[in-house]
Amino acid sequence: MYKIAVVGDKESILGFSAIGMDMYPAYEEEDIKKIIPKLIEENYAIIYITENVSIKAEKYLEKLKNNKIPAIVTIPSNSGSMGYGGKRIKEMVQKAVGIEINFKD
Amino acid sequence: MAVLNVNLTRIESINMKKSLKTAQRGHKLLKDKLDELVKKLLELVRENQKLRKKTDEMLQNAYQNFMLAKAVIGEQYIEEALVIPNQSVSVDISEKSIMSVKIPEFNFKKLTNLNDEEESKVLYGFAYTTSELDKAIENFSEVSESLLELAQNEKAIELISAEIEKTRRRVNAIENVTIPNYIDTIKYIGLKLSEDERASTSRLMKIKEMLVK
Repeated sequence: MYKIAVVGDKESILGFSAIGMDMYPAYEEEDIKKIIPKLIEENYAIIYITENVSIKAEKYLEKLKNNKIPAIVTIPSNSGSMGYGGKRIKEMVQKAVGIEINFKD
Repeated sequence: MAVLNVNLTRIESINMKKSLKTAQRGHKLLKDKLDELVKKLLELVRENQKLRKKTDEMLQNAYQNFMLAKAVIGEQYIEEALVIPNQSVSVDISEKSIMSVKIPEFNFKKLTNLNDEEESKVLYGFAYTTSELDKAIENFSEVSESLLELAQNEKAIELISAEIEKTRRRVNAIENVTIPNYIDTIKYIGLKLSEDERASTSRLMKIKEMLVK
């Protein structure tokens, strides 16, 4: 049985605790570096990280990308979406396929 | 011309030819795998963009309602209300294989702390909270499903794109190093053998000449 965690600024993640996800407030890169290894050890399968924090810890999170578990997903914070999650995917595709792909719908 | 360090014998040449054939077949297979992986990746990315858009909108909505609730009720009351969550979530992981890339599949499990008979979906007193909070929590509850889908989708994209990079490198290595090496070596062995043959023929002719004299 695996759990779900939400990491980010407290303002944004408070709401998630209401639906049973565990929340871990974090603001800077150091917080992330401390929290994430602990979460991996404690059997968290999915970790949602708010955009504003995830950008700061970009390099650290990049390293965890190829592990099957946990899935680390960037979600917008309460101050609005900056499109970071989408940008990340786009970069990954560009690296894999070799060309930039713009989807129109 | 890169010649592998092998014995220059006919048997070695035959073995090389076998290896070359295997390498060519492997190359074709890997190339097909690469094509299929790219196709799958593009499908996933297309899905991802739709999902992202949806979840972003839903989350924005939820945040807004939550902010409203906080403004009306006050932060400490909200935290108090949410100390005991009305449900707990956990995920089960099963594995799916796309072109032999193992991809985790998450299955949501909600455990509510409420009895079915209770009509209300929340587990806090109504005295200090307003309907905005109820709405916000309902929103969060709705968004959780598509967030889960998003997590699964993004993990799949991450794993597949890593696999694509790896496969591409392999295809290139076979195409540009292994196969040319084999071809060069086979050619070299052939040349060397026929050279030896010519040498022995001419030697024999020479010896015959000497014997005739």
